[in-house]
Amino acid sequence: MSATTLEDVISSKQVEELETVTIRFAGDSGDGMQVTGGQFTSTSAIIGNDISTLPDFPAEIRAPAGSLPGVSGYQLNFSSRDIRTPGDEPQVLVAMNPAALKTNLPDLEPGGILVVNTDEFNANNLKKAGYASNPIEDGSLTGYRLFKVPITSNTLKALENSALPFKQQDRCKNFYALGLMYWLYDRPMEPTVKWVNDKFGSKPEVADANIQVMRAGFNYADTTELFTTHYKVGKAKIKPGKYRNITGNEATAIGFIAGAQLTGRPLFYGSYPITPASDILHELSKHKNFGVKTFQAEDEIAAIGSAIGASFAGSIGLTGTSGPGVALKSEAIGLAVMTELPLVIIDVQRGGPSTGLPTKTEQADLLQAMFGRNSDCPVGIVAPSTPGDCFEMAIEAVKLATKYMAPVFYLSDGYIANGSEPWEIPSIESLPDLTVQFRTETEGFFPYLRDEKTLARPWAVPGTPGLEHRIGGIEKKHITGNVNYEPDNHDFMVRLRAEKIQRMQQDIPDIEIFGDKTGKVLVLGWGSTYGAITTAVEQLRDQGKSVSSAHLKYLNPFPKNLGEVLKSYETVIIPELNLGQLAMLIRAQFLVDAVSFSQVKGKPFKVSSLVNKIKEFL
Amino acid sequence: MLSQRFLVGECLLMTCFPKTRVYFNDEKRIMSELTNGAATPVKLTRKDFVTDQEVRWCPGCGDYSILAAVQKVMPELGIPKEKIVFISGIGCSSRFPYYMNTYGFHTIHGRAPALATGVKAANPDLQVWVITGDGDSLSIGGNHFIHALRRNINLKIVLFNNRIYGLTKGQYSPTSELGKKNKSAPMGTIDYPINPLSLAFAAEATFVGRSMDTDPKHLSTMVEKLAAHKGSGVLEVYQNCNIFNDGAFKGFNERDVRDDRMLYLEHGKPLVFGKDKSKGIRLKGVTPEVVTIGENGVTVDDLLVHDENAPEPSLSYIIGRMEYPEYPVPMGIFRSVSKPTYEDMLTNQVESAVAAKGAGSLEKLINSGETWTIN
Ligand SMILES: Cc1ncc(C[n+]2csc(CCOP(=O)(O)OP(=O)(O)O)c2C)c(N)n1
Ligand code: SF4
Ligand SMILES: [Mg+2]
Repeated sequence: MSATTLEDVISSKQVEELETVTIRFAGDSGDGMQVTGGQFTSTSAIIGNDISTLPDFPAEIRAPAGSLPGVSGYQLNFSSRDIRTPGDEPQVLVAMNPAALKTNLPDLEPGGILVVNTDEFNANNLKKAGYASNPIEDGSLTGYRLFKVPITSNTLKALENSALPFKQQDRCKNFYALGLMYWLYDRPMEPTVKWVNDKFGSKPEVADANIQVMRAGFNYADTTELFTTHYKVGKAKIKPGKYRNITGNEATAIGFIAGAQLTGRPLFYGSYPITPASDILHELSKHKNFGVKTFQAEDEIAAIGSAIGASFAGSIGLTGTSGPGVALKSEAIGLAVMTELPLVIIDVQRGGPSTGLPTKTEQADLLQAMFGRNSDCPVGIVAPSTPGDCFEMAIEAVKLATKYMAPVFYLSDGYIANGSEPWEIPSIESLPDLTVQFRTETEGFFPYLRDEKTLARPWAVPGTPGLEHRIGGIEKKHITGNVNYEPDNHDFMVRLRAEKIQRMQQDIPDIEIFGDKTGKVLVLGWGSTYGAITTAVEQLRDQGKSVSSAHLKYLNPFPKNLGEVLKSYETVIIPELNLGQLAMLIRAQFLVDAVSFSQVKGKPFKVSSLVNKIKEFL
Repeated sequence: MLSQRFLVGECLLMTCFPKTRVYFNDEKRIMSELTNGAATPVKLTRKDFVTDQEVRWCPGCGDYSILAAVQKVMPELGIPKEKIVFISGIGCSSRFPYYMNTYGFHTIHGRAPALATGVKAANPDLQVWVITGDGDSLSIGGNHFIHALRRNINLKIVLFNNRIYGLTKGQYSPTSELGKKNKSAPMGTIDYPINPLSLAFAAEATFVGRSMDTDPKHLSTMVEKLAAHKGSGVLEVYQNCNIFNDGAFKGFNERDVRDDRMLYLEHGKPLVFGKDKSKGIRLKGVTPEVVTIGENGVTVDDLLVHDENAPEPSLSYIIGRMEYPEYPVPMGIFRSVSKPTYEDMLTNQVESAVAAKGAGSLEKLINSGETWTIN
């Protein structure tokens, strides 16, 4: 029998070049799939791919091991070309147990690569996942390229000489899967080695075990005959610059720190924990050295109340929550409208109504932000369109709130909050100067005397001698700010508050067109659907279709040129992850017979479903 | 005993919060802080605190005397008026800030402690007062009331207790007596009332006091004490609503019966009351008992001695639950203790973060984590 050398095996393996790959890692919530996906992402970004990710968390923190509700997933799309979405259907699925296979297989593309951890396909786990027979043995997976790897036992074997307790050894198995995938897609292991050493610096034995297991996975793929081919995804042509990978919630947090710094005032964040907004609280609470004060309030009402109080006292008052929390904040938002104080309300939208789908995405709070208060109670509304865009829009929200002395909603959602992308780090010099000027001059001071251009009232903070004054939720007399119940004054003030928000248009850029300035179809979107819409329109345009897209990042007021833009196309299609809320506003304000395309599955749009819908109008 | 406790407090503090400044009820020090250490405190008069707004309470309302007491005390504090903020919720009582020529914020129903927390946390230099009613603080705002107190943030909460909803014209409140007939309970209430002081003790307020509108002298003293306290403080003021709940405190607060039916607490003194100081309170197990000194061998030494600085609030809690007619109604300071305030600990965290990491650099922040450059 002739022995096969290592070199023989390696040389026998082929390398294939691919443009774009979508991988999904799926396992039990305790299996570390988010770490695995995160590491694959960072490494891919570092070697020059364009990337986009979509983590998918279970709602339960620790659902029973092996159960269907306990499955946690992480999808990422990496490419040698410009990409904007995490990919519709994965071409590769790594399933760490039967439950992960069961919940994720329907998404895997026909003929796709399926890597399963055979060790977990035991009677008990199969039962928990509701399999009558073992799918990896019964021939039901013949439509896929199935790779059966005993990941758990191989992990333990690799750690034979480790002193770590069994449980901790077992926990390293996600790094085995990572090693396999690193080989399969030809990625270097160094960035992860560095990360592991940083992360477990104080526990070198844990760091070593993870690294050892990752190498074992890599070598297994390299030396066994299981995999015959591995793939290369080349560098994307990315705009030159300095990049980092960033999630929407991270970009939001540092965007607000930046916004406050640019005003020259300290940031105050009042919040009550809620998914998917809590990470903003976690992140901001780490940055007290920026003078950031975070306050975990007893509820959302206290959270916004404290932020309004902080604004009154001269800080940048910020509060953050998700839809159910916004419902609780409504009355206080009205108070901020009445007292004309700068305030930003972050709403990281999630599936609703009520508790709804806490960990899933939706864009259904637009009308709540717009109208969800008693009386005519207008506020500014902005919405970031990608994870990285959160940074810029946070600064924009601070700008509008302070310049116009008004509350501004910042509508993110679960998808951009947890999704990540490479973010080109801006230069500090490119950021706007938002320095605020407090009123100090006592001569001619009236709390409700306004700036002629912005209609903003003066910000006169407690501690300023000679400007003692009282504000509150009762209607104000124009200029003096005294309590006033006169009919004409009220009529005037209601209109004035609306006009002030409308004037924010002066500081809002025109909406940009992707494609031609006129044509058959305009696809109009807002918020997190940007990537999917732009990709769909790009695909159709490549086929020569007359379709363009435009994306709203400012929803109240709308950009000045929006009316003109809408009139320049035969059909306007508005895809939204709600039942047509932007469509309703557009129809009402512009009398345009826009077509609403809605989906509320707790998931982002697939590019293919957008393409199909748009085609109906071409 | 007292100093020993403080010492222990201080040691603990120094280990947990090495940079926290420890304050006890040292009025001079606090005042000099608030006046920015100005050698000569600002000379203000009552008039400086009066606004040009017409006071809109019903004639005869108890709120007038509370306003008068506060306006009388303010100039004596020596704090520049721009450093004072009055924050209220909604109710007749919550109109108060409009009449105080300081900074003021008339907020929304029940939420004043939340707004005030933001003001104080953002600028600890300000002296922040909360004006609230029994409905405002104990019904709709109960949650904020509890949490403001437990955080020991330096807010001076004055709770106007008229045992009724005044502004909405006479519905029962969380402090209305069981069986009380009013607009929303024509057959009498079937809600058991809450004792605001019991709640304050449970929430670990560091200052708890009680006074009433018909005793301006006592009221002014209590307002002064509350002003001087550093930490969360609540002063309950019995306030007559002569329109919807007239005589709510009748039976014990009239001038001629007051001495026999009310008990003025004095720190370090036995609980004695009565025109001729002949009666007192003795503890039987954990139940207070009214006794007559000289009868059945009872002497002053048998009486409960009031310690407002007691670290453990149980005795104050027992005293705070005494009600007429079974007991005399206690007035005064039930509790006044020191512990690190929320705002000091917050400032301390910011300062230690700066000391440890350096003042925040935006450049560093946005460039943190793994970065790479595309050429
Ligand atoms: C959200 C909300 N609910 C109800 C009211 C109506 N409201 C105003 S004051 C008040 C009760 C006030 O009672 P209290 O706090 O005891 O103050 P008082 O008028 O007795 O001083 C109510 C129910 C309101 N203003 N806001
Ligand atoms: S209704 Fe009662 S509490 Fe309100 S102002 Fe009149 S008397 Fe005072
Ligand atoms: Mg009342």
